Amino acid sequence: MLPFISVALRGAAKNKVSVAVLSSRSYASFTPQATFDIKPCEVHRLDQGPPTQAVLTREEGLKYYRTMQIMRRMELKADQLYKQKIIRGFCHLYDGQEACAMGIEAAINLTDHLITAYRAHGYTYTRGVSVKEILAELTGRRGGVAKGKGGSMHMYAKNFYGGNGIVGAQVPLGAGVALACKYQGNNQVCVALYGDGAANQGQIFETYNMAALWKLPCIFICENNKYGMGTAVERAAASTDYYKRGEFIPGLRVDGMDVLCVREATKFAADHCRSGKGPILMELQTYRYHGHSMSDPGISYRTREEIQEVRSKSDPITMLKDRLINNNMASVEEIKEIDVDVRKEVEEAAQFATSDPEPPLEELCNHIYYNEPPIPVRGTNPWAKLRSSS
Amino acid sequence: MAAARLLLRSAALKASLSDVSAGVQSSTAGGSLLRLSPSCSLRLKTQKRHATHFTFYPDPVPTNYGPTTKMNLFQSITSALDNTLASDPTAVIFGEDVAFGGVFRCTVGLRDKYGKDRVFNTPLCEQGIVGFGIGVAVAGATAIAEIQFADYIFPAFDQIVNEAAKYRYRSGNHFDCGKMTIRAPWGCVGHGSLYHSQSPEAFFAHSAGLKVVVPRGPVQAKGLLLSCIADENPCIFFEPKILYRAAVEQVPTDAYHIPLSQADIVQEGSDLTMVAWGTQVHVLREVANMAQDKLGLSCEVIDLQTILPWDKETVCKSVVKTGRLLISHEAPVTGGFAAEITTAVQEECFLNLEAPITRVSNDQLLESGNDELITDVVATLVD
Ligand SMILES: Cc1ncc(C[n+]2csc(CCOP(=O)(O)OP(=O)(O)O)c2C)c(N)n1
Ligand SMILES: [Mg+2]
Repeated sequence: MLPFISVALRGAAKNKVSVAVLSSRSYASFTPQATFDIKPCEVHRLDQGPPTQAVLTREEGLKYYRTMQIMRRMELKADQLYKQKIIRGFCHLYDGQEACAMGIEAAINLTDHLITAYRAHGYTYTRGVSVKEILAELTGRRGGVAKGKGGSMHMYAKNFYGGNGIVGAQVPLGAGVALACKYQGNNQVCVALYGDGAANQGQIFETYNMAALWKLPCIFICENNKYGMGTAVERAAASTDYYKRGEFIPGLRVDGMDVLCVREATKFAADHCRSGKGPILMELQTYRYHGHSMSDPGISYRTREEIQEVRSKSDPITMLKDRLINNNMASVEEIKEIDVDVRKEVEEAAQFATSDPEPPLEELCNHIYYNEPPIPVRGTNPWAKLRSSS
Repeated sequence: MAAARLLLRSAALKASLSDVSAGVQSSTAGGSLLRLSPSCSLRLKTQKRHATHFTFYPDPVPTNYGPTTKMNLFQSITSALDNTLASDPTAVIFGEDVAFGGVFRCTVGLRDKYGKDRVFNTPLCEQGIVGFGIGVAVAGATAIAEIQFADYIFPAFDQIVNEAAKYRYRSGNHFDCGKMTIRAPWGCVGHGSLYHSQSPEAFFAHSAGLKVVVPRGPVQAKGLLLSCIADENPCIFFEPKILYRAAVEQVPTDAYHIPLSQADIVQEGSDLTMVAWGTQVHVLREVANMAQDKLGLSCEVIDLQTILPWDKETVCKSVVKTGRLLISHEAPVTGGFAAEITTAVQEECFLNLEAPITRVSNDQLLESGNDELITDVVATLVD
């Protein structure tokens, strides 16, 4: 957990200005913590679901706000860099879904394991990678998290197994990681994330079976953002009750736009796994603001009004901000300070991502195999002396 | 470059040795994207942006299939599918998002024209899509399945290799799925990265019972796709996605068929035979022109078109004439289809060969997410 907190607090510690502003109004006048009613989860094969109230401390609230705001700003920056043709290739943005990543991470430890699909930038950040390294990966620079050779889908960190481009392929891997946790008896869990579209892949059902059969500490999480590319869930799924589709695996349907709902549900799920009861499935009902990828304007299969409606009524960041302010847990100025600080961090990261050099050609072939000394790699002509080392 | 090496060893070399190396050098200056000449090591400190480069060579306007319209590659695919849906009431088209036109727009308008029970979206499940397609075909309907990218065909690998390819043989001809055609966008596109750039034809070339086809442009695409659909064997039709918009030709609006398993000699020559398929045909045509200009060499360029079963006769006849063979593909060289051609040609034409057969490809993971690195590698293909 520590590195995660330190990521979340990084800006706060630096932020002398906000401390100064804050000091003009004494801490004592803020409500240090509050209890919120949250939307009850629908449950499948469970006698009891997660609590319907959540306690939020002021500190947590500010931390969640900052982290989600970073994810949002980072994606908007990526969008901008893409439009300037500085980022190329396939790029899938996460804005709108921030409460999922934040809520999950707030309920598990950084020693727990996580694997997701290609919409990976948010999780890469919550798993401890800096905005700088993420944006530099997107621009294909040396300082990127995969050395500038992976691009958008290919981001990794400790206990974060990526970033996976083949839809559904990451889910069995997650169950394998969970088996390793169980075998080592370390009380860790693995979170295996996938989309509503991916939920229709055969491998997912194979994995449900293995995980239940062997009682693996695996939390399957379906981020249901209502569309798989241009296909609305109802057009692709015989049952859109994704939380029930593990059949023999208990399930929860969670408001994925509310960070507290996601946190409480994930805590519940992690407890379930850690107590040896085997896997559990969560469906997070969420929404992506951007199109599927940068080549999809995102409005041919849904209306602008639909997007606008979600933005204005259930934006995860606005929802949390309102909670903090309306309950006197934070001031408007303080929130603004965070926003300014976040913008600055993202701006600096973008600077780095556009000025850092590209990886040298010598590195083109590295890491094809594990080997020592380097092996020759055949290039496209006999004089191209390419080598791979790892 | 590889062509130059091949000819260096040749006794029948037209140009003198010094001419050849001069040619090599001047090709560097001559606007080609040569990056890795012997003198230019990988240790280039300054990195420049290189545009992925090839020139599309359009086919002459076909005269024997009726009126033509200007179409790009994806429109010629749509046109072929349109003809099929119109003439074959059993034909159905399915795949991820195809009802909306598909990610590359190949099925645009077809659902509206032929109805949602003939052009429909499937869930995201490639193994299911192909297995389902085999079922549709074995029951007598014409099944046209789209796999969104060739890179996503692997979840369906079992269905294709174990079920589709072997259905006829293992049932003693009681059942077959010859009415199934699988279409998939294929090959490098520039900045496609690991999962959007692969050319997996060689995986399928190892499976008797299948046909594997790759067109070089709109005219060929339509005629070959219609042949695949009509063919009584399961076919995989790989569409070079970089050409979808870039390749424009006058394409006949009526249905017509270009025979499968028949290579096409796109340029005649006498000194060297060069074989490719898909986008690489255009690269080799450019190379052939360069070789003519700089080295005074006459190259014969052959578009193989069908990878399995391939047209050995046309290739061998050409090699008998030229004595030299170069094969180029985008897929990795090790186990690539060029290896099969090489072996077959040396078996058939051993005494005709005047130089070792050369494969121009690479063994790298071409699909790095780094645009710059990719274009460098792709650029070396035109050496
Ligand atoms: C095996 C495979 N098939 C198809 C694709 C192309 N593809 C990428 S994402 C996607 C939609 C997935 O939707 P969903 O699982 O809901 O995730 P979301 O994009 O909504 O996060 C598709 C069809 C792929 N990457 N891999
Ligand atoms: Mg989705």
